Amino acid sequence: MIQGIDYAAIAPPLILAVAALGALLADAFGAPRRALALVSGGALGVALLAVAALAFGGRRATFCLPTGLRGNGPRSCSYVADDFTLLFQGVVLAAAVIVVLLSVREVVESRIPAGEYHFLLLAAVVGALTLVAARDLVLLAVSLETLSLPVFALVALRRYDGVASEAALKLFLVSVISAAVMLFGISLVYGATGAMHLDRIAPALDRLPTELEPVAVVGIVLVLAGFAFKVAAVPFHFWAPDVYQGAPLPVAAFLSVVSKAAGFAGLAIVLALGFPAFGHVWGPVVAVLAAVTMTLGNLLALRQTTAIRLLAWSSVAQSGYMLAPLAVGRSRLPEAVAATTAYVALYAVMNIGAFAVIVAVRERLTRDALDDYRGLARTRPGLAAAMAFFLICLAGLPPGVMGLFAKVVVFRAAVAGDVTWLAVVMAVNTVIGLYYYLLWAVRLFTAPAGRPADVAPGTPVRAAIAAAFAGAVVLSVAPQIVLQTVATVS
Amino acid sequence: MMAIPLAGALALALPRERFLGDDAALGRFAVGLSGATLLVGLSALTAFDFGAPQRMQLRVDWPWAPSIGLRFHLGVDGISLPLVLLTALLTFLCLVYTAKHPPAGGRLRLFTALLLVLEVGMLGTFVALDLVLFFVFFEVVLVPMYAVIAIWGTGDRRAAALKFILYTLLGSGLLLAGMLLVGVKAGTLDMTVLAQRHGEGLTRGVQIVAFLLMALGFGVKAPMWPLHTWLPDAHTAAPTAGSVLLAGVLLKMGTYGIVRIALPSAPEGAEFWAPWLGLLAVVGIVYGALACLAQTDLKRMIAFSSVGHMGFVLLGIATLTPVGVNAALFGNIAHGLITGLLFFLAGSVKDRYGTGDLRELGGGLLTSAPRLASVLTFASVASLGLPGLAGFWGEMLALLGAYRPDADLPRATFVTFMAVGGIGAVLTAAYFLRMLSRITHGPVPDERLTAGPVAAVTRHEYAAWLPLVALTLLVGLWPKTLLDVTTAPVRALLGGG
Repeated sequence: MIQGIDYAAIAPPLILAVAALGALLADAFGAPRRALALVSGGALGVALLAVAALAFGGRRATFCLPTGLRGNGPRSCSYVADDFTLLFQGVVLAAAVIVVLLSVREVVESRIPAGEYHFLLLAAVVGALTLVAARDLVLLAVSLETLSLPVFALVALRRYDGVASEAALKLFLVSVISAAVMLFGISLVYGATGAMHLDRIAPALDRLPTELEPVAVVGIVLVLAGFAFKVAAVPFHFWAPDVYQGAPLPVAAFLSVVSKAAGFAGLAIVLALGFPAFGHVWGPVVAVLAAVTMTLGNLLALRQTTAIRLLAWSSVAQSGYMLAPLAVGRSRLPEAVAATTAYVALYAVMNIGAFAVIVAVRERLTRDALDDYRGLARTRPGLAAAMAFFLICLAGLPPGVMGLFAKVVVFRAAVAGDVTWLAVVMAVNTVIGLYYYLLWAVRLFTAPAGRPADVAPGTPVRAAIAAAFAGAVVLSVAPQIVLQTVATVS
Repeated sequence: MMAIPLAGALALALPRERFLGDDAALGRFAVGLSGATLLVGLSALTAFDFGAPQRMQLRVDWPWAPSIGLRFHLGVDGISLPLVLLTALLTFLCLVYTAKHPPAGGRLRLFTALLLVLEVGMLGTFVALDLVLFFVFFEVVLVPMYAVIAIWGTGDRRAAALKFILYTLLGSGLLLAGMLLVGVKAGTLDMTVLAQRHGEGLTRGVQIVAFLLMALGFGVKAPMWPLHTWLPDAHTAAPTAGSVLLAGVLLKMGTYGIVRIALPSAPEGAEFWAPWLGLLAVVGIVYGALACLAQTDLKRMIAFSSVGHMGFVLLGIATLTPVGVNAALFGNIAHGLITGLLFFLAGSVKDRYGTGDLRELGGGLLTSAPRLASVLTFASVASLGLPGLAGFWGEMLALLGAYRPDADLPRATFVTFMAVGGIGAVLTAAYFLRMLSRITHGPVPDERLTAGPVAAVTRHEYAAWLPLVALTLLVGLWPKTLLDVTTAPVRALLGGG
């Protein structure tokens, strides 16, 4: 049977897939590193343009069930490019551009094979783009793996480095196990409902015979666990700090922003479109996960002395905030999904900015202790100001109004969904978070302990920081840019 | 009426940086700027229709983030107008004072900028009419105040600043949860609409939870015993201008919030928690007074006295009667004037003698620095509530309110509170008189005599003190000027009661 494919809808991942192969081939023919970075950055830019162009059009869907097989059911398309998808694709692509900018120098200095690096990076982005557009469980699982597999290799690309290899192995093991768990969950859900498309699963779950309910519940919880790994939620968070530390910094940034954003998109899709009927089951599970994740992440972040590990634990904690709105279960689910989406989008800007500054500072420093940031305001006032702003945003205090609004939106969704206790847990957690973010920000302005750090970021890194900073400032003044887009997402 | 977009002008007219090279020009610039702000505030006073102070006036209302129902909605009524003026006045005086007496630690430009940002946050808090907007302004003050304490403070300033910001942020988090609970359940974030409804559409359970969360949040800021522990440290460590603003305005944001948001939007919750609020308030009064008796540091003592005074304000609120809430608002203003003055004086004493320790200061201040000592005596007497000065009315009306609390509240409990509060007032008198007898009276210690004459009071110091002295007298002698403005809106907020 021949299916028509809407190539416009799948243009963004398609462009990147072609570019990824191109980068690999070009490397084989000895293209210079800079050209490769240009290809990969350029492809991401073109894909971003494609997403922007699609955003003006209506909702597009492709890979649908042919009319003959559809029966009386819904259209059941596997790939949908609606506002939700496009927003996430935009976030993923913009963050990926920054990651490419950050990696220009890292690739040279860490003696990473450039062709492979860019190929793997683009392949992972393709996975992320497909994941946020996927509307059936098979495509979700496949794209999740497309996102994960290249990342193991990316983490391990510094072959001479034992820490990197260990990190990659750890990531690999946890990821494979969680993938297996998730596939098992998918099979149980399929067994219970007889459907793979989310728009068919939802009605099937609604009128599920009682004897099949336990099966469906187990399946849903297992699928949830698979995503919990992706977003580094407790208790599947153990990989995060070690991997962030062992991986090349741009890859860590990729994991903490792109990969996480895609994971949350997937989670939101599955819960909101597929499993709303069982909101009473996964709602409380997500609530507990969120509470534990943010608390543990924050508490452990308190004790870190290196910048990257602190950011790793704090990003675990941030995952907790992002999960919180989804704890509402079925009531007010669209609002909750919008809140999570908004938080993810805003978080992406702040966190990628913080990572960019870390890359800038670590380019010259071998170590990565928090105390190396002392006195940065004297030597590099611009860099220090940007870092302070990102940290304050992450802490959610004015003048970082963006972070404040992200928190407000999440609190609002939690309170609206009658999980006020979770909001109180969050309130306590913001205080813990503020403590370490603030101490870090203060370090920037205190006198250096020894020789002031001589930091000279390259042009690409500077551009990355400037872009993230501009984004953060604009969103602080006009948060409605994100909030409005989110409101239209269903 | 709308020709003066009061708050817009206030907020937008405050630049962060200007190309002013030397400190003198910077000082003039800052004084001019805050003076202009004060003038705008005063012109708002003329534009304000005193015939209907319960009505929101000079409103500004623009959509900001419509998707979450957030509006840039500002306005003043009889409750916020005095506080707006107090804020503008105190910031102006602080900058006048700072122009001549810069805090140790240099970087005057940054200091000035931070004070101006603080002013934006404080004014914004008092004029915001949207819950989320209120919260944003409420938070705006945190980082500047943290920096002011951490950079220009004395003693263990880092720890004090950190304690300040962590405590307040915890409060803000709970506050946000409470406000959003109200906002979401009532379906609006507009404070005027919420106030008109008087909790309509909110179940009793929601109101109780919401009021608890909000009261805790504001209680940290106010500060309510036992959430006050950040305050003495922060006040002691902060530079003079920081202490003045902290005591004069920041504390008011807590009590203002309770009156403006928590009371009208969750009246049943308020009724449920009022006895507890009253209990904590009187504990605060007595505890503050006793703690003051044990203090040896001048600034620390004033800080603890704030705990006591804010206890009276909270007691007034807890009665849920127009008299009590009026007393609270009156106490707010009076405390802002008097304690602001006291902190200015404490700063001057510290400048001259290099210490704020009562034992090291010794006695005889009236002999060695008669003018400074006279004003100090005046401020202390006003603070302990001498009739005829501003401090008296707030305390007296609060106790009166407690004698006749809202009909639904247990009267016996409140009468007990009143009695205990009265004892607290006596203790307040005791520690201020003890302080005065220690440092203003008695012989001058020998080592001070040999150290040479004490610097005379400068013009800038007079400029900072005298308006406060005058207003203390004015408000104390004609309390009606203030009560007239607040009475009608308080009645409206409490639902015609």
